[in-house]
Amino acid sequence: MKTSLRLLVLAALAIAPLSLRAENVAITGDTVYTMAGTPLKNGVVLIRDGKIEAVGPANTVKIPADYRVLKAAVVTPGLIDAHATVGLSGLLNQPQDQDMWEKSAPMQPELRAIDAYNAKDPLVAWVRSFGVTTVNTGHAPTALISGQTMIVKTLGHEADEDVINPSAMTSVTLGRNGLNAADGSPGSASKSPGTRAKAVAMLRDELIKAQEYAHKREGKDEAKRPGRDLRLEAVLRAIDGSQPFLVTVNRQQDIISALRLAREFKLKIILDGCADAPLVINEIKASGFPVIVHPTMQRSYEDMENLSVETAGRLHAAGIPIALQSSYESYVPKTRVVLFEAAVAAANGLGFEPALASITIDAAKLLNIADRTGSLEKGKDGDVALYDGDPFEYTSHCIGTVINGQVFADGPH
Amino acid sequence: MPYRPLSGMALLCALAVGLCAQEKPQAFTNAQIIPIAGDPIAHGVLVVQGGKILAVGAVGQVKLPPGTQVHDVTGQVLMPGLIDSHSHIGAGSGGDGSAPIQPDARVLDSLDVRDASIQKARAGGITAVNVMPGSGHLISGQTLYLKLRTARTIDDLLIKLPDGSNAGGLKMANGTNSIKAAPFPGTRAKSAALVREQYIKAQEYRDKIKRANGDPDKMPPRDLGLEELVEVLDGKRIVQNHTHRHDDILTVLRLSKEFGFKVVLHHVSEGWKVADEIAAAHVPCSVIMIDSPGGKLETRDADWRTPAILEKAGVLVGFHTDDPICDSRRFLRSAGYAVRAGMTRKGALEAVTIANAKILGLEARTGSLEVGKDADFILLSGDPLSVYTHVEQTWVEGKKVFDLTNPEDHLYAVGGVGAGDSRRAQLCCFTSAWDLIMAANEGGNQ
Repeated sequence: MKTSLRLLVLAALAIAPLSLRAENVAITGDTVYTMAGTPLKNGVVLIRDGKIEAVGPANTVKIPADYRVLKAAVVTPGLIDAHATVGLSGLLNQPQDQDMWEKSAPMQPELRAIDAYNAKDPLVAWVRSFGVTTVNTGHAPTALISGQTMIVKTLGHEADEDVINPSAMTSVTLGRNGLNAADGSPGSASKSPGTRAKAVAMLRDELIKAQEYAHKREGKDEAKRPGRDLRLEAVLRAIDGSQPFLVTVNRQQDIISALRLAREFKLKIILDGCADAPLVINEIKASGFPVIVHPTMQRSYEDMENLSVETAGRLHAAGIPIALQSSYESYVPKTRVVLFEAAVAAANGLGFEPALASITIDAAKLLNIADRTGSLEKGKDGDVALYDGDPFEYTSHCIGTVINGQVFADGPH
Repeated sequence: MPYRPLSGMALLCALAVGLCAQEKPQAFTNAQIIPIAGDPIAHGVLVVQGGKILAVGAVGQVKLPPGTQVHDVTGQVLMPGLIDSHSHIGAGSGGDGSAPIQPDARVLDSLDVRDASIQKARAGGITAVNVMPGSGHLISGQTLYLKLRTARTIDDLLIKLPDGSNAGGLKMANGTNSIKAAPFPGTRAKSAALVREQYIKAQEYRDKIKRANGDPDKMPPRDLGLEELVEVLDGKRIVQNHTHRHDDILTVLRLSKEFGFKVVLHHVSEGWKVADEIAAAHVPCSVIMIDSPGGKLETRDADWRTPAILEKAGVLVGFHTDDPICDSRRFLRSAGYAVRAGMTRKGALEAVTIANAKILGLEARTGSLEVGKDADFILLSGDPLSVYTHVEQTWVEGKKVFDLTNPEDHLYAVGGVGAGDSRRAQLCCFTSAWDLIMAANEGGNQ
């Protein structure tokens, strides 16, 4: 059954050569997880001009004769990786393809992911081959403020064409990885921030500077207004909420520090990582902030020593909005695959549908892109993932990925 | 659940191993058994006693000896304990930065048997493991093959060979990891030259010993490093060789042929490019399955299809975790992804059991459920290749070393506060801290 479905899809792909433009596509699935209501048995998704035209049971959706038809056992919305570094931390792991960490200063909020994103890096195609259609990617959690993230489709064309939001969040890291000694380079221990307290002091100082900058920019005397400051502008966008801080914290004291900072400056933040979250789950819940939980299978050492494969499930059960991520890896595997991280979370307390939601609709809501993607609903982008079985099973394959109506067959992977 | 001290019987066994030979037979009934040796048994029973397998077969066809303690494991899958042919659990080490060739350094002298990584390996269903020094040397030292019995000291984990020595291999590496500033080699050709030079020395050393013919006056002075290489030349010690690129793989085959040593290729990222050459050399491969290619230049072309391609070429294929590169607790994922990429289910399950036993030269005692072999097995909640399956129990030589229903074991299986620490210290002030830890994981601050 599985094999024949796969062959059908492969045959369909072979007949119609890949086009760089969107096609009108009909996708039929034995099970279609729309993530907007109960799953459809024997469902159909129609995509026209890159957008979803109709979704429903096969007997209610008529497939136009000129539509390219793809078949799969399981159909889901295109997957969303809520925090990645693909496109910045390249496959080779050589100096020329590693743009996720600028080491010249501890706080560089002016660095934009879009000025570094390599849409052609093989790892972009790699994650796409498992159904990932959207990533929130950017500077790694390796400095106090490492730079900005962008939300981009994994189309692999080029940054400006593929982007959804060029300046989505600003990456802040508290705890060991945000300290200057984190890279272990000689002499760096004498540079600030060398301690947790110093890091928070520097961050508060930066936020206060941004507030004062805003005040002066609005001053009545135009001659006395300060010139534009890219760095403080980015910090200001965290204060006004248009580009929030993505705060990577793992130790419980760092989670609490992040919440204290948010209270002081009335910031809306997104918590990220949170290995120790179960210890301070009430405080996280009370804050109302969502959590992009560390990769389920991330290595447990240093600040992540306490991480658990059950944390995503516990946060979800407590009613805290979550999404999953691939995060950043400095060595092999150079990128994780958010599908696999969700799979292990699903099997360890989160459950199938919440796990799928954490890499589709819940991630879309967290990233403020739910109007465009994250579920299979009329009017949304034609972003779909096709599988020959349970997407989370080790032995299933992603047999096709559709982005904006463009069909990719990188696999079957 | 409160911590339970050792039961009287278990304590006696621990104190006097001889007594355990008298222990009652234990039977695990109504399991789906995957014996690896032979077809799966839908409704099976495994009988063990004295650390060995007494019987395995279908329920009704195996007669239980009188006095057998019966464990009804209906609904569970029972298979041989997993064998990891390449791991770094136990925070061990090999040679230091002083030289590229250090066969005298032993993992034996460095391992922390209480390290949490060892308990996590038990939680992953691993019952035997090859603990290796790193790949930053041409020869980084002697590896150690271990059984993951409950252990107080390293001696509790060792596998003894008939001559009384400890089972283990020799770790070698080529390619970029061992190429660095002097005194290390700067190129691939130099790497091979240094290794050849050392094996020629070992041949000459062996010849001198032979010529001495037992006369102590004619014996060469002892040389710990050359002694180990002589063991390799004599086939007593298998070379476990880190290698990624296809040309580096061929270099290993070339050296192995020149000196006649037994070798296993580890990682083999580009093994798919030279599968026929590997098969022709009759050299096994221990493959690593990584979530994505790259991370270093040599693994650019790593491909999940490698195990399938090697299997098809007739190569003996095992998998390894390279823990901490891959998590020991998810070792079965490797088999799952290999099947996803075309390997047979049979081959993939063998690759985490009997194939790895062969790779370590331990196939006579472990790696499959056969009468007379060690009672090393695991109980799973379902299909070994499913993400939803959990390792529920791990047994080594007839003794349970991991039980998911035990809160401490559960902690190491899933993680949480304290899972990075060593196993609970006993008779110590730390006890109360541990109780706090367990409470934290159960309730958080809710």
